[in-house]
Amino acid sequence: MHRGLALAALLLASAPLMAAEPDAARQKSLIHLVRQDCGSCHGLTLQGGLGPALTAARLKGWNPADLAATIIQGRPGTPMPPFKGLLDEADAHWIARQLLAGFPEGR
Amino acid sequence: MPFIISTLLFALSLCLLPLTAGAEPALRGTGDLGIVIERASGSVQIVDTTRQTVLGRVQGLGDLSHASAVFSRDQRYAYVFGRDGGLSKVDLLTATLVRRITQAGNSIGGAMSQDGRLVVAQNYEPGGIKAFDSDTLALVADVPATYGTEGKRSKVVGLADLPGQRFAYALFDAGEIRITDLSDPRNPRTTAYPAGKQPYDGLVTPDGRYFIAGLFGEDGLALLDTWQPEKGVRKVLAGYGKGEAPLPVYKMPHLRGWSIAGGRAYLPAIGRHEVLVVDTRSWEEVGRIPVKSQPVFVMARPDGREVWVNFAFPDNGWVQVIDTLRNEISDTLQPGKAILHMEFTPRGEAVWISARDDNQVVIHDTASHKVIRSLQSDSPSGILFSTRAGRTGF
Ligand code: HEC
Repeated sequence: MHRGLALAALLLASAPLMAAEPDAARQKSLIHLVRQDCGSCHGLTLQGGLGPALTAARLKGWNPADLAATIIQGRPGTPMPPFKGLLDEADAHWIARQLLAGFPEGR
Repeated sequence: MPFIISTLLFALSLCLLPLTAGAEPALRGTGDLGIVIERASGSVQIVDTTRQTVLGRVQGLGDLSHASAVFSRDQRYAYVFGRDGGLSKVDLLTATLVRRITQAGNSIGGAMSQDGRLVVAQNYEPGGIKAFDSDTLALVADVPATYGTEGKRSKVVGLADLPGQRFAYALFDAGEIRITDLSDPRNPRTTAYPAGKQPYDGLVTPDGRYFIAGLFGEDGLALLDTWQPEKGVRKVLAGYGKGEAPLPVYKMPHLRGWSIAGGRAYLPAIGRHEVLVVDTRSWEEVGRIPVKSQPVFVMARPDGREVWVNFAFPDNGWVQVIDTLRNEISDTLQPGKAILHMEFTPRGEAVWISARDDNQVVIHDTASHKVIRSLQSDSPSGILFSTRAGRTGF
């Protein structure tokens, strides 16, 4: 039974494009990460800094998968670093959806 | 006549004030004061570095997520530059906000002129520098960082004051170092020098002679001798990455005159977990020190005997200490969660370290490296002491 659950969790983690949502605790730490550590380049309020603003208004028209890919792979030749290894696909997709919807307050 | 009487009365009441109002504050100096930037709540704490206490808090400074500050020459006022373009003048003695203007859309810092009369902001949006009267914060000069043929404006980084009311800075998007002479503020004169790809910050040596821009887009730094700028930019530490693929940089390092110690500059590599050591006479590499992660602040203790280093996310819980005689790591510390900044007391017996995610400023003794005291602070980032007022490049 326990093993079954673990297996299900594993399957979920490896199938990011399916419904996998980071759990509530993870979401909280992702909000913190985006505000603080993306914020060092994009601004705590995401209004921009060395990197462009990441507000819903400015990102309008982006497809979430492309945003997630930018987060995971970074943008070579620019200071936008790849977050691969620190964020998984599910994290990046969740962040992308939140950015498009207007990123949650909190820190 | 009525005027004289009222003046007399006023003078009299002033004399009486200390007697009648028992709560009159004691006189004090400001040389051991400083500020701690509370980045998420838009406030600063006023701190006393002798008694190691918090004296007060000033609120309403806006978005301080990449804030820094400079100090008036009399060390009474701090000028705080906010990410949202706010410029706030804070009185350290009364812990009050004297004046606040919004001078740009996106700003990251500033500098003070040699004579203390101009406070200058460096802006990302709209890209350029702006000079203000340090008394009134009235705009006295606006120098856009325009480049190319289409009137584009570049983000400005690395602003530093030079002797002669001049200011050096670099243009991230244009790859230039510029020097603007504000000795006649109504008539600013700017000269541009090609510098290299994507300068991300700059520093001036403590004597005000050499301006160095760190480059994100290439392995090397751009050096301009401001005594003979016509000679142009020289690349130093060129090719320090040895052609290896750079590691990801999750936070841009910061450069400032604090990295010079004992005739050497200790500089953060970009995309390599190293501190690079250069001789400040020849500007040749004399060594490189492997460190824990991507260095952010590489700061010499005022006596130059040690250099303290903090790191980018996700290794921002660590601090390493370099012994400058041996050019080796002598200590590795974990002062707290999310170490964002460090500031040495004027003569360096202690270093104040901000631990953002612990909501603490941790004060370390620099001889034993032990914690002396911790102060509560709300998401602290920059810690800046008033003695910066007397230093070129701060
Ligand atoms: C070290 C600085 C830095 C950090 C940290 C950083 N970024 Fe960026 N980011 C940039 C820069 C610079 C660009 C612009 C790249 C370019 O010039 O095309 C960028 C671009 C982007 C873009 C594309 C936006 C567009 O309109 O093109 C997205 C999305 C993005 N970043 C998201 C993030 C997220 C999410 C994080 C944190 C997980 C993050 N960034 C952390 C510097 C950074």
